[in-house]
This record gives sequence, C-alpha cells and structure tokens, in this order.
Amino acid sequence: MKDDSVNHARAARDFLQDHAHASWHDSAIWWVRHKRDVQAAQLPEWEGLRELARQIKAHTLSHLDVYLQEFEAKARANGVMVHWAADAAEHNRIVHGILAAHSVKKLVKSKSMLTEECGLNPYLETRGIEVIDTDLGERIVQLRHEAPSHIVMPAIHLKKEQIGELFQRELGTAAGNNDPTYLTHAARTNLREHFLSADAGLTGVNFAIAETGAVVVCTNEGNADLGAALPPLHIASMGLEKVIPKLEHLSVFTRLLARSAIGSPTTTYTSHFERARPGGEMHIVIVDNGRSDILGRADFYESLRCIRCGACMNTCPVYRRSSGFSYSYIIPGPIGSTLGPSRDIKKHASMAFACTTCGSCNNVCPVKIPLADQLVAQRARAFDAGAMAKGKKGGVLALRTLLGHPKLFELAGGAMRKIVPILPERLNSAIPYSRPGRELPTMPAQSFKQWWQQNRKKP
Amino acid sequence: MPCEPMKIGLFIPCHVNALTPHIAIATLELLEAYGLDVDYPMAQTCCGQPLFNNGDLKGAAAAAHRFSQLFAGYDYVVAPSSSCVSHTACHYPPHTPGYAALQPRIYEIVEFLQDVLNVSALPKPVYFPHKVSIHQSCHGLRQRNHATASELMLPYQSRLERILALVDGITLTQPQRRDECCGFGGTFCVDEADVSVAMGQDRIAGHAATGAEFIVGAEASCLMHMGGILRHQHGTLRTLHIVEILNGKAAA
Repeated sequence: MKDDSVNHARAARDFLQDHAHASWHDSAIWWVRHKRDVQAAQLPEWEGLRELARQIKAHTLSHLDVYLQEFEAKARANGVMVHWAADAAEHNRIVHGILAAHSVKKLVKSKSMLTEECGLNPYLETRGIEVIDTDLGERIVQLRHEAPSHIVMPAIHLKKEQIGELFQRELGTAAGNNDPTYLTHAARTNLREHFLSADAGLTGVNFAIAETGAVVVCTNEGNADLGAALPPLHIASMGLEKVIPKLEHLSVFTRLLARSAIGSPTTTYTSHFERARPGGEMHIVIVDNGRSDILGRADFYESLRCIRCGACMNTCPVYRRSSGFSYSYIIPGPIGSTLGPSRDIKKHASMAFACTTCGSCNNVCPVKIPLADQLVAQRARAFDAGAMAKGKKGGVLALRTLLGHPKLFELAGGAMRKIVPILPERLNSAIPYSRPGRELPTMPAQSFKQWWQQNRKKP
Repeated sequence: MPCEPMKIGLFIPCHVNALTPHIAIATLELLEAYGLDVDYPMAQTCCGQPLFNNGDLKGAAAAAHRFSQLFAGYDYVVAPSSSCVSHTACHYPPHTPGYAALQPRIYEIVEFLQDVLNVSALPKPVYFPHKVSIHQSCHGLRQRNHATASELMLPYQSRLERILALVDGITLTQPQRRDECCGFGGTFCVDEADVSVAMGQDRIAGHAATGAEFIVGAEASCLMHMGGILRHQHGTLRTLHIVEILNGKAAA
C-alpha cells in the first residue's frame, strides 16, 4: 500500500541520496519519453489527433449522464450486469458481493489503477480471497508488498537485479540469474497456474463504448484476455469518465494511447469485451469516487479527460528525479498532482508544489489537459486551506505587502546585497537555496534602480 | 517606424534589478542603440509571479493592477525575462483595469526586436567567436513560443537561434535533451532544493557535453540558478544572458 503521508520534497531528497540509482531512474524513463517522440513524429496528423481526442472527451464529459445511461442500457441488453458505485467502499463491497455469491477463492486481476485507488486488494484479502495481479509489473510490486510507482510501468523503480532476487525468493528462480527473458518466463509459468485455477477475473477498463455497451482493455501481455476468458466470471471496474460515445471514436484514442504511453504504435492486445462468454457471467462496476466533484469544478474538470497513458510522468523532470513513491497520492506525477489534491488538498498539498511549471506535461498529454496550470490552481486551494509548507504562507503574505511598497522593496534588496557577502561560510551553506550544491548569487554593488538614478534619471 | 519615437517602458524583473543589474543595463543600452526612447518607471517592484505560483491569487491580482497602472502610458513594455513576460502577458486576471489595452504591448526583448522592430542587423556589428549552447527557458518556450517545444510535432523554429545568427563568428549548439527544465522554478528552487539542484546539474552536464563555452538564454533566473551550480562545481562553462551578446558587451 502507498504511504499517503509522504511529503514530496523530503521523499525526493531521500531518493536522490543514491545518486547512481536516481540517475538511472531518470535515464530509463527519459528513454520512454524519447520513444514516444519517435513514434509521434511518424504521424503527420499527431497534433490534430490530440486536438480531436480532446474534443471527443470534452464533448463526452459535458454529456456524461447521457452517455453513461446509453452505455448501461446497451451493456444490460448484452446480458452484462451493471453496478454503480458512489465511492471506493461501495465499489469494494459490490466486487466482494459478486465474488462471495460465486464462492470465489482466487481472483486474477489485470492492471487497474482504479482498484489501486479503491484499495481493493487488501479489502478482498482480509475477507479470505486470494488476489493475484497478473500484469508483470503489478505482480512484481505485489510480491514486494509495494504500490506501483508508475501507472503504466508499475515496477519502473526497480532494476533487474532486484527483480532477480525477488523471484529467487518468491518463485524459486536460480540465484544470480537476472536475465529479463528468463525472469519473465518464470513469472509467466507461475501466472499460468493462477490463471487456470482462478475462480474469477477482474480487469480494468481503458474505454467504455456507449454505442455498443462494450468495454475495451489494452494490454501488452494478454493477461487481461486470459483473466477474462479462462474463469467463468469476469468483473470490469471502470471510472465513470472512461466512456466514449461511439466505436468510431476509439481509434483516435488507440492511436494516441500506446504511442504516448510506451512509444509503441499500438498495444499488443486491444480487446473488446461485449458480453459474457457462453456459460459465464460478466459484470461492470461504474465508479464515481470523487469524479463528479471534479467534473463540477471549472479549474479541474479537464483532468477527467485523462486516458492514463503516463506520458506526463515520463516527461516530468521532477518525477524522473524523485520516483513515484515521493508522491502521496496513488497516481504520481503531473496527473496525480492534480487528481490527488482534488481529492484531499490537505493530505496531498506537497504534490502541487512538486513542479517547476515547465509545462512539458501539457505538451505531451494526448488529450491536452493543461496539467501544469491545474497544479498552480491547486496551490491556490492549498493557500486557502492553510495546507502549504510550514512558514511559507507568512513569507508569501510578506512579499505581497512588500510588492505594494517600492521603497521598502528596494530596501530589502539592498539589505540582502549587504548581508549575503559577509555571511560566514557555515551559515551560507545552511541556507536552503545553497545547501545541496549551489552557491548563492554573487551580490552586485548596486541595484539597477540605483544605477538608473545615477546614470539616466531625468531631473 | 512611426514618426514619433516610440516610448518604451522598461520592465526589469525584481531579481534582475536586485541581483543581475548588468542584464538590465545591457537591455537598456541595446534598446537605446536602436534609437528608442526608454523610460524606467521607478515604482516597479515585482510582477507578482511568485504570489500567483504560490496560490496567493489576491496578492497576484493586486500586483497585476499595479503593473497595469504603472505601464499604462507606454507604447510598449519590454523586459529581459521570458518568464516574467509570460506571467504578465498570460496569467494576469483579464479584467484587471487597464490590462486589456496593455497586454498585447508586453514583449520579451528578443520578441520585441523581432516582431516590433523587425531588426535585420544589430545596432553595431558584434563579433563573438565562441561556441554557445542555447538554453530554452520553459516559460519562454512553452508559453511564448520562443521555439518549437520538443514535445510538439510541429515545424522547428527558434527565436534565439534566429537573432544570434546576426552575431558574427558565433557557433550555436544545443544540448541533447534540448529543452528540459533547469530546475529553477521560482520558489521551487527552495521548496524542492534537492530536485532543483539535481535538475540543474543534469542541465549543465547537457550543455557542457556540447563543448560550448557559454550557456546562453533569455531568462535571467534560470541562468542565475545554473550559474550558482557552476560556481559550486568550479566549472569553466559560463552563463550569459542573450542581451549581453547582442549589445556587444560579452565580446569585450
């Protein structure tokens, strides 16, 4: 489970202590950003696709009630049972209810950030149901009892040596064999047993198509397909923002999704689940859990366009140098830093400040969410809620006062130019600005204002 | 050019005024060398970006109001800062009194030279036989379109490269991750000092790998941040604001 009390700046400082590992983390994730660029550049219509995707999502969100009801009706007509969950607790209760009614002992799951958000695994485990995550990255973090550190690459914080050790301990692989192919085969052999012995499969949902009532799941490992097809019971959990109007809209998103997420033209599997397999049962749980609150906020509703590609994380220079565990919300990086504070500004305020406002996330986002702007808007909520770092609000208010008083403002600058050069080295290096390897600016003899008065000021 | 000489209100960001006045002087001299009437409104303080970026919308609105009044009488407002120009031109509340008329007249210095003066030469020839690595500052890049951001699949252009092409002898280059943030980020550099410095170190390593002698940009705060790291490292690479090259001072 994720430590949701973590403060970004402090956790990032800890992460950066291991400089070699931090540098590797940055490079590994930048590589994915680079692959994204290469793929995107091959489509002359890339920027047009982004705009189209934005428009489809914007339209859908402004008619969400209509499309969700259409989706529900079509899914029911396909024989699928549809459930509505107002919050995480209700989602978990519904899922457990379905599983209990079928006496399920073992559930195989494909990747679903929604079930992470709802804390489904521990909820089911305490009720005696074994839950097996079947996405390789998710399986790795599950075996380590960790949360995913990235929404698309859950184990990107780990090197193959760490995974080799884990698999040796948990799956009995040969000591010291860290060959990725070998380890992947070992995981696959282990997971096959679970697929064959599971009583139910749960998948996430990438897109829900109102017109057909089908849900679409994109994976590279085919694990969602096995999980949905082998056991007789399939549950698909989806956030209510996942719906799109028509099947013809899907290709706009599938063309953007894998290119943005991992720099591949497409995911290996794009699977449409429209009805239960013969003799089986299919359920869809549609979850709100705070989404309709976000939909009602002018500054933040656009975050609901998110298709969970993770491109904003891969491009974020702060995320790459601090890792997903430095963020208190289950979804890290830029998109998490608006979704988390939207959910609870006091708990997740430090995320909104873990951003230089460079704006790279805005530009990679396939649905053009103004992420950096949303983070700054979340800071206003932190300011109003008194959720800023200790002592900071006072500093901001002092600056506000100074700004209105040019003489005082100039006096403060003059004092700084006098004091900083005579600071003892020990004190100087303790100033937060200079502490981790940066010198304070050299202080000029006078300000420009003073220079202007001496050299240009008209009498 | 109009018959009446245009009147320029020089907008000097608070950190440039207090810490890097030579950049302000170079900007002033460059504008004067083009024959412009430049005035510096003495009551200016800070544009309010640190307040806005820290959630103080009330304080930021008051700063916007102050700024709009202070610069109302000028034909153009020009600043040697892509970030402060981004803030004043893109993030002020649109209904601030006097702002609607002022907003389209706010320019970063390179934008002003290119889009208003349409310059095809520098006031006096500049010979700068050095290799410089261009530092695209994020707000200039992504809010003011100073260059095509690497994320966007659009034809490449770069304002800074275009204007530096007017300098004789100069060799232009850019780092491998051509527009990754340097980690300054305003108060971010203190709130998240460790990440800020890690980003700055990586950015400097990128610029250094080009073999350049100078990092050149249009935003003094990024240069100040990288300069502080460079001095800590005792490196030979130096930062220069683009106006220092354009007015010939760096060539001396």
